[in-house]
Amino acid sequence: MNEERKGLKEKITNSDIWRSIFRHGYENTGRRYTLQILQNVWLHLHPPRISRHALNFRFTWCMGGITFLMFLVTAVTGVLLMFYYRPTAEYAFHDVQYLEFDIPFGMLLRNMHRWAAHGMVISVMLHMFRVFLTGSYKKPREFNWAVGVILLLVTFFLSFTGYLLPWDQLAFWAVTVGTNMARATPVLGHEGPFAPSDITQSNDVRFALLAGTIVGPSTLLRFYILHCVAVPLLASALMALHFWRVRKDGGISGPL
Amino acid sequence: MEHFIALVTKPDNVPIVAILFLIPYFIWLSYRQARQTDKTGVPSDAHLNDKVYVWPYLCRNEFICAIIVMLVLGVWSIMIDAPLEEPSDPTKTPNPSKAPWYFLALQEMLVYFDPWIAGVVLPGLIIAGLIAIPYIDTNPKGKGYYTIKERPFALSVFCFGFIILWIVLMVVGTFLRGPGWNFFAPWEAWDPHLVVPLTNVNLSYLFGIRDANTANFFGFVVVAGYFALGPIVYLWKRNTSDFLQELGLVRYIVVSFLFLTMLALPIKMILRIFFNVKYIWVSPWFNV
Ligand code: HEM
Repeated sequence: MNEERKGLKEKITNSDIWRSIFRHGYENTGRRYTLQILQNVWLHLHPPRISRHALNFRFTWCMGGITFLMFLVTAVTGVLLMFYYRPTAEYAFHDVQYLEFDIPFGMLLRNMHRWAAHGMVISVMLHMFRVFLTGSYKKPREFNWAVGVILLLVTFFLSFTGYLLPWDQLAFWAVTVGTNMARATPVLGHEGPFAPSDITQSNDVRFALLAGTIVGPSTLLRFYILHCVAVPLLASALMALHFWRVRKDGGISGPL
Repeated sequence: MEHFIALVTKPDNVPIVAILFLIPYFIWLSYRQARQTDKTGVPSDAHLNDKVYVWPYLCRNEFICAIIVMLVLGVWSIMIDAPLEEPSDPTKTPNPSKAPWYFLALQEMLVYFDPWIAGVVLPGLIIAGLIAIPYIDTNPKGKGYYTIKERPFALSVFCFGFIILWIVLMVVGTFLRGPGWNFFAPWEAWDPHLVVPLTNVNLSYLFGIRDANTANFFGFVVVAGYFALGPIVYLWKRNTSDFLQELGLVRYIVVSFLFLTMLALPIKMILRIFFNVKYIWVSPWFNV
C-alpha cells in the first residue's frame, strides 16, 4: 500500500506537466529553511532561526504582530476608501452615505477599515502591556521601547484624525471635544496659564491643529492629509525601525 | 437600564466591551506563568531555549494567527455596521459630547483637574514617564519572562497606572458618564436636566482660610510640600536603603516626581468625591 502510494507520487512528480510547473522539489533541510527566509522579500526581516519560547502565544500574545496586521488591513481598505471619498465639507458626509448604500461591498469596506483601526488601538495597548509585564524594555531594548511609545501615540493620532472624516455629528463633536484641551496649553494656548497677550484663539496651538477657531472645512482637509499621507508614512518608517531593532537587539527577549 | 444596554451595544463601544474581557484574560494568562516562575525560581519557559527555524515554525504561527484575526475581523465587520449619525452641525451640541473611547480616561481627568493639567501637562508627563521607564528601572531581573516576586514595585506601579488610571477610567467615561458629564449608575436613567449642586470648596476654605493671598500661599505650601516628600524620603533613607543607593540621585528625583504626579490623580479624586474639594491651590495665574 505504502509502496504503491510512493510509486504513484513519484510518477506524478516526475511527469512532464508537474515538472513544467514546479522547477524542483522541496528538501526538508535547514539550508532550505534558511534560504526560504533569506530569499523572500516579505519574510527577510525575520532571522533564520529564533529561540523556541518566542513561538509561544502565551509569551508574546502575538500582539505586536496583530497590531501590524491591523495596520496593513487599514492601509489596504483605506486606499480603497479614498476612491470614493472627497475631503470637503460639501461632499464628505454624502460620499460616506453613497459608499454605504450604493457601492457594492462599500459598507463592508468601511466596517473593516473602522474595526481594524479600533482593533489596532486595542492590540497596541495590549502589546505595550505585555512588553512591560515581561520586562522586555530592559537593556538592550530601552530605545526600542521609546520607539514603541512614539508608535503608540502615532496609532492614537492615526485613529483620531480618521475619526473626523465621516463628517457626521459623532465625528465633529468627538474631535471638537478632543481638541478643546489644546486651548489650555500653558504659554501656547489662548486660555492656558502664562499665555502672552498676543496669543489669541486665532494663532495658538489649537488653531494650528484645526486650521481655524472651530472644527471646519479646513480642519477636514488638514485631518484628511494627516490621516492618509503624513501619519501613515511616519508610522511605516517607525515600524520599520521598530522591527529592525527587535532583531538587532537580539530578537524577542527571553529568560536567557 | 435600557439606555445602559443600548450604550454597551453601541457599535463604537465594542472595543471597550472587548477590552473588558481581554484584559482579565491576559492578566490571568501572565499571572499563571509568573506564579510558576516565582514558585520554582526558574523562568517558566527557561527550558525552551533551543533555536528553531523561523520557516516553517514561526511563519506557520504567524499565518494561523493572521487567519484567526482576519476571521474575527470579518465576522465583526459583517455583523456590526460602523456608525454614521446625522451630518455634522456646529450649532447642535450633543449632551454628553465624548471624545473617542481611547481618550476618555483623559476626558475623565478633566473632572478633577483644570484642562491645562488634565489635557496638557499630565498627558505630556505620561508620555515622558513611559519613555523614561527603561532608564529609571535599573532592576536587571525579570527580563524576558513573567514574574512578580523579582520586580514588585515596577509591576504594581505600572499595573496601577495602566489598569486603574487608564482602562478603568476609560470604561467609566464610556459607560457611566451621562449628560453634563454627570455620573450615572447602570440602572439609572439619563436625565438631561439633572442639576448637581456645586458644593465644592477649595482646600484652603476647609482649613478656614478666607483671604485670597493667604489661600494662595497655603496652596503653594501644600503642593510644594507634597512634591518635597520625594527629597525628604531621600535624605531620610539614603544611607540605609540599598534601593536608593543603586538608583542614584538623578534617577531617584525622576522616579519620585513621576510617582507623586501619578498618585496626585487618585488623591485628587478622593478629595473631590469624599470631601468636595475643588482646588488645592488657587493662584491668580492657575488653579491646581
Ligand atoms: C504600531 C505599533 C506597534 C507595532 C506594529 C509593534 C510591533 C512589534 C512586533 C511585531 C514585535 C515582535 C514581538 C511581539 O510581537 O510581541 C514587537 C516587539 C517589541 N515592541 Fe512593539 N509594536 C508596536 C508598538 C509598541 C509599543 C507601544 C511599545 C512599548 C511602549 C513597543 C515595544 C516593543 C518592545 C520593547 C519589543 C521587544 C519585545 C521583546 O523583545 O520581547 N512596541 N513590536
